[in-house]
Amino acid sequence: MKSFKKWGVSLALVALMVVVSACGGNNKGSNASSSPAESSKAPATESASPSESAPASSNKKVVLGFAQVGAESGWRTANTNSIKESAGEAGFDLKFSDAQQKQENQIKAIRSYIQQKVDVIAFSPVVESGWDTVLKEAKDAGIPVILTDRSVDSKDTSYYKTFIGSDFVEEGRKAGQWVLDQYKDAQKDVNIVELQGTTGSAPANDRKSGFQEMIKSNDKLKIIASQTGDFTRAKGKEVMQAFLKAHKNIDVLYAHNDDMALGAIQAIEAAGLVPGKDIVIISVDAVKDGMTAASEGKINFIVECNPLLGPQLMQAVNDVLANKEIPQRIVTEESTFTSEQAKEALPTRKY
Amino acid sequence: MNRIMKHHLFWPLTMLGALLLFNLFHSPDFFSIKMQGGHLYGNMIDILNFGAPLILVAVGMTLVIATKGIDLSVGSIVAIAGAMSCMTISKGEDQNSLSLVLMAVGLALVLSLVLGLWNGLLVTGAGIQPIIATLILMVAGRGIAQLITDGQIITLSSPKYAYIGTGSLATLPFSIFIVAVVFAAASLLTRKSALGLFIESVGTNPQASRLAGIRSNIVIVAVYMFCGLCAGIAGLLLSSNVSSADGNNAGLWYELDAILAVVIGGTSLNGGRFYLSGTLVGALMIQTLSTTIYSVGIAPEITLVVKAFVVLAVCLIQSESFRKAVIRRWKTRHYPGEKEVTRHA
Repeated sequence: MKSFKKWGVSLALVALMVVVSACGGNNKGSNASSSPAESSKAPATESASPSESAPASSNKKVVLGFAQVGAESGWRTANTNSIKESAGEAGFDLKFSDAQQKQENQIKAIRSYIQQKVDVIAFSPVVESGWDTVLKEAKDAGIPVILTDRSVDSKDTSYYKTFIGSDFVEEGRKAGQWVLDQYKDAQKDVNIVELQGTTGSAPANDRKSGFQEMIKSNDKLKIIASQTGDFTRAKGKEVMQAFLKAHKNIDVLYAHNDDMALGAIQAIEAAGLVPGKDIVIISVDAVKDGMTAASEGKINFIVECNPLLGPQLMQAVNDVLANKEIPQRIVTEESTFTSEQAKEALPTRKY
Repeated sequence: MNRIMKHHLFWPLTMLGALLLFNLFHSPDFFSIKMQGGHLYGNMIDILNFGAPLILVAVGMTLVIATKGIDLSVGSIVAIAGAMSCMTISKGEDQNSLSLVLMAVGLALVLSLVLGLWNGLLVTGAGIQPIIATLILMVAGRGIAQLITDGQIITLSSPKYAYIGTGSLATLPFSIFIVAVVFAAASLLTRKSALGLFIESVGTNPQASRLAGIRSNIVIVAVYMFCGLCAGIAGLLLSSNVSSADGNNAGLWYELDAILAVVIGGTSLNGGRFYLSGTLVGALMIQTLSTTIYSVGIAPEITLVVKAFVVLAVCLIQSESFRKAVIRRWKTRHYPGEKEVTRHA
């Protein structure tokens, strides 16, 4: 009797399964006929031939999946806001996720975007390595990937369409160029001190080498001291205090970010000197506090490191979907500010 | 001479002296101090001013280590205290109003006391090993600090708050006076009352101390709270020194510097014995070393290696067994025939 009951149950289950699967099959068929937009999108993403995706985007909103690093700094917050705003302006449907500085969260987010069959995936990799598997999954699913702000070290560059971000070497060159122009008729030596970023980090290495590359053409320009300030105000101040005592004739300070420059300004003021006049200050980033100091004349020249790469990202997404050729590397549009320009730009700055 | 060498401050002071001597030879104006806008200005003043937060944290750490504990969370408490006070002030309407600044300072200090209490309760109540118990707050604390500041760097324009870290009293930095008060209070409490004895006895054997009538748990909790308070004051000094709070970086790795200062000062990590004056010298030595590295102009890539070697040398010289081994070696080298002779005879 018992075994009969068991049999009965399992039979009923099998019957149910058959019915359900048949329903599923039916559903698929009816779906295909009822919503043409959905069906035309499916082949577009699966076949990886973007020519077919053009009609899809005209029928339906483009879906962009973006996996952000987190919200660790004001720079990053501005970056996020820019992407959200410009996605809205471009009429895209933005799926946004915050990885809280963890690679695993970002991989999860990207996998879910692949399952949702978004049109384009964009993300700022938390770290450089370990992306090959998930990028291959995206490639196999025919979803183009765009990197923003930070790069990956994958050997196979076909995994992503392009990388949009700042060129740190160029930022260093811009700072060096300005010094070169300012001191082109210098008769005596110009003593430069440098506050480096965190030792070994890409921005610190690149901003340093770009700067050196420019100023070496004039042998009057000399870097007499260079030390790391770890990108922080406290360290910037401490190191600058020591510089001011060890070297009596500092003409120029080059800081790898605004925060260190702000710390150094306090040190210079404590030494009874006038920042921006007695010591010319050059900095990189152009965050709000830095721009405020620049508008007060305390920082003479700021090279922008632009987090507002939303518009460029949306442009790239459109280009990729329209199957246009786009470069492997898109450099963020970045400007520079002198004190006067900073004063004008300050009220309209977003970060 | 022997008595001087036996004194616990002999080796720390010798090392500090050696470091200063090196600076004297390298650049004689390292020691020059002049008046600058109504206050003294020079490298030595800087060492005292920038060293002040480290001394505070290290003093608190000394007492914790004396109870055979350790507090890894001080760096995070530094960040939280700075974040808390800066946040309170930035929310106010008039950033420079005295009552607001006092309230912010009070809030930050109460918060750091609570955090110290949390550490103490984890160690005594929950019976977790100190290194693990404080590790929890070390990791979580940075998150709390960033939560308070919303992940941003808060910048203040409040001269009254900035006075704590940059102001000067009687031509000396105000921070020195804060350190002096805390240090004097700690010394008096531990050396002129029975509290110091309690701490040492708890550090040697908490069980025996309890049986002898000391409330070990209360002593331990109090010590962690004092350590939290010290870290909180250090956080105020650091954030007011740059008029901003940076939840990510303020007080980063401070716990390690503080432990190093305590060890250089001659306090044993096994607990039961502590030297506050030694810690003071140790913290000053660490700050002198940093300042020396900046002014000598050592490349940033190898700064940490240089620091490590100096610290290694200091620790080796302080080790009595190492000194004995070196002396023995040196003596046998001087009289190579001595062994030979005894053997033949």
